[in-house]
Amino acid sequence: MRAAATLRTSWRERLFGTPTITVVTLLLAAAIAWVAVPIIRWTLIDATWSGQTRNDCTGTGACWVFVKARFSQFMYGFYPAEERWRPNLAGLAFALSGAAIVFAPQRLKLRLGLAALVILPPLGVWLLAGGFGLRAIETREWGGLMLTVFISIYASLIAIPLGILLALGRQSELKIIKLISVLFIEFWRGVPIIAVIFLASLLLPLIMPSGIGVDRLARAVIGLGFCIAAYMAEAVRGGLQALPKGQREAATALGLSYWKATWFIILPQALRISLPAITNEFIALVKNTTLVLVVSILDLLGIAQASLADPNWVGMNMEAYVFSGGLYWLICFALSRWSKSLERQR
Amino acid sequence: MSKVLAFINDKRVRDVFYQAALLIGLAALLVYFIRNASQNMVQAGIASGFDFLWRTSGIEVPFVLTNYTQSDNILSLFWAGVANTLLVTVIALVLATALGFLIGIARLSSIWLVQAIAGAYVEFVRNIPLLFFVLFWYFGVIAALPAPRESLSVFGVAFLNNRGLTIPLPDAGANFRYAFIAIAISCLLHWLFLRWARRRKEATGRDAPILRVGLVLLLLIPVLALAWATLATRWDIPVLRGFNYRGGFVVIPEFVALLAALVTYTAGFIAEIVRGGIQSVPHGQIEASGALGLRPGQTLRLVTIPQALRVMTPPMTNQYLNVLKNSSFGAAIAYPDVVSLFMGSALNNTGQAIEIIAMTLAVYLVIGLAVSAFMNWYNARIALVTR
Repeated sequence: MRAAATLRTSWRERLFGTPTITVVTLLLAAAIAWVAVPIIRWTLIDATWSGQTRNDCTGTGACWVFVKARFSQFMYGFYPAEERWRPNLAGLAFALSGAAIVFAPQRLKLRLGLAALVILPPLGVWLLAGGFGLRAIETREWGGLMLTVFISIYASLIAIPLGILLALGRQSELKIIKLISVLFIEFWRGVPIIAVIFLASLLLPLIMPSGIGVDRLARAVIGLGFCIAAYMAEAVRGGLQALPKGQREAATALGLSYWKATWFIILPQALRISLPAITNEFIALVKNTTLVLVVSILDLLGIAQASLADPNWVGMNMEAYVFSGGLYWLICFALSRWSKSLERQR
Repeated sequence: MSKVLAFINDKRVRDVFYQAALLIGLAALLVYFIRNASQNMVQAGIASGFDFLWRTSGIEVPFVLTNYTQSDNILSLFWAGVANTLLVTVIALVLATALGFLIGIARLSSIWLVQAIAGAYVEFVRNIPLLFFVLFWYFGVIAALPAPRESLSVFGVAFLNNRGLTIPLPDAGANFRYAFIAIAISCLLHWLFLRWARRRKEATGRDAPILRVGLVLLLLIPVLALAWATLATRWDIPVLRGFNYRGGFVVIPEFVALLAALVTYTAGFIAEIVRGGIQSVPHGQIEASGALGLRPGQTLRLVTIPQALRVMTPPMTNQYLNVLKNSSFGAAIAYPDVVSLFMGSALNNTGQAIEIIAMTLAVYLVIGLAVSAFMNWYNARIALVTR
């Protein structure tokens, strides 16, 4: 069992090594063909690719005209068409600074990263929401893939720093700080994220002084951020626990304070170890952003779901699901491959 | 002066100071939030306290296991929701574990194509949000099933259509109760027999017919008992009357969709745990047990599985708790679980957000803590005992 799983063998041996293997392979190949041929016919061969309206969907297969007609909605939701350069620009800014940090020389990386962390989040919110010279656009009009990316990034901006603090707190020698961290982590890990999103959308406006409203989308992002922070804390804890105790002891012996030792000695090593785990939590976060649907915020999946109700495009369920599911799959698969390659580098 | 400096620089003093500052800060924040909340609630005219639990609910629930009816109080509604959450969780756990083991073992198959299919399944399922699967099964698959008249028949007794799954229901449960008592007794007997056999083997070295006795006690008797109960009970088999089925029990489509989504999704994660667990057993262990003369079956049962289980238990616990938490995804398709009934409908009717949210979260925390405690006990039992 194991030998075959690890040894490199020729494809002929792997598929037709013994009579039993040959029979199973052939049977399975027939089963695959039986399932795959109709799917391929539906998605590619019999599909309709060109046209404008529902009436052009005459083929027996998928009608991708629907996706083409609604593509901009899948991407931006109801964001005004003439202002869509703003999310594009924000995305470009995030992507470029990410690339700049990755390819920068080692000694500049930290400074660049911190600068990006200070400048980019407010810049992104300003570009998307407007105000200060730009036309204000309410979060009600945001949606689609843009919103999925927005929630993922901003929730992890809350979750990663908070998670690191909680993980440090859990490792702390100070009893009360440790207790508070453990309680916080176990509470948020113990409750369903869907309930947390409900909770955030109901409680946040309640606990703020009257007159101060909290934006609907901000509530969902804060709820998700707190919840994911608890999971991030556990991911970071793995890295902290993997470090030999001598690292902190040596740092203390050299006269570094707790925070200096943490910042210069502990975290750089611990975060490198836990980066794959953090990436996995980020993938979970991307998947969990779909839950904002329950408070009627329409991210990519929400827009796909909402598009099923369009009377001009009746019966496009499969097309909407295949397109949105495929996009989610591509994003998460790419991220998980990246996380695996990080693991191998170690 | 130097005494004061020494006092400020004392690590113990500083530790106490920092912790006290954090506690006071958090307490102040909490008091601030509570004051705002009570002011806001007074302004909005929302009552507080748990009196609302004894009010008549008036909420109709399409799928109940308890005796709940619309005229019962809100507390009964809460329990009906909890029961529905537990029902879908338990069934999903069992099915997902079975499917997950199957796929996990398939990933280690010596046949390449089996490996590849299992691997493709895992990669497919793990990279798509669970909510996608829930919506897909509900709006994509169940809604596309034929109407009751053209139902898909399962052996002529159960019927699957776009209004759910209609299954036969026993008229009386007495026979099944006897059957379950018989099964419990034979399990107990089997446990006693194993103890006796082990003692005798340690004392005299003689083997007992473990396999044959085990087959009789664990397989033959349960199968016979269930077969007797099934045949001796009158069944209410659903029959098509007009546009829908009469008789039997209708499992609502929301349940079917949520269960299908939970099982197919969770199985992908369990498969990875199973694979990791089996692969974590060093190959030398299997070679060594072969060298000691153990047969392949014995090697699997006595060497591979106990060691793999030790690795698998903690992540499996996590997955089981995830299934419990993920059962709340039913709220998106209005499956009447505790989140959608209590945090949704009851909250809308009463407006008492804080009490209702606290009770709902408590359900998950209590069950979660109970499961973790049990799994920790189990984990400690099977953990490696070292000197």
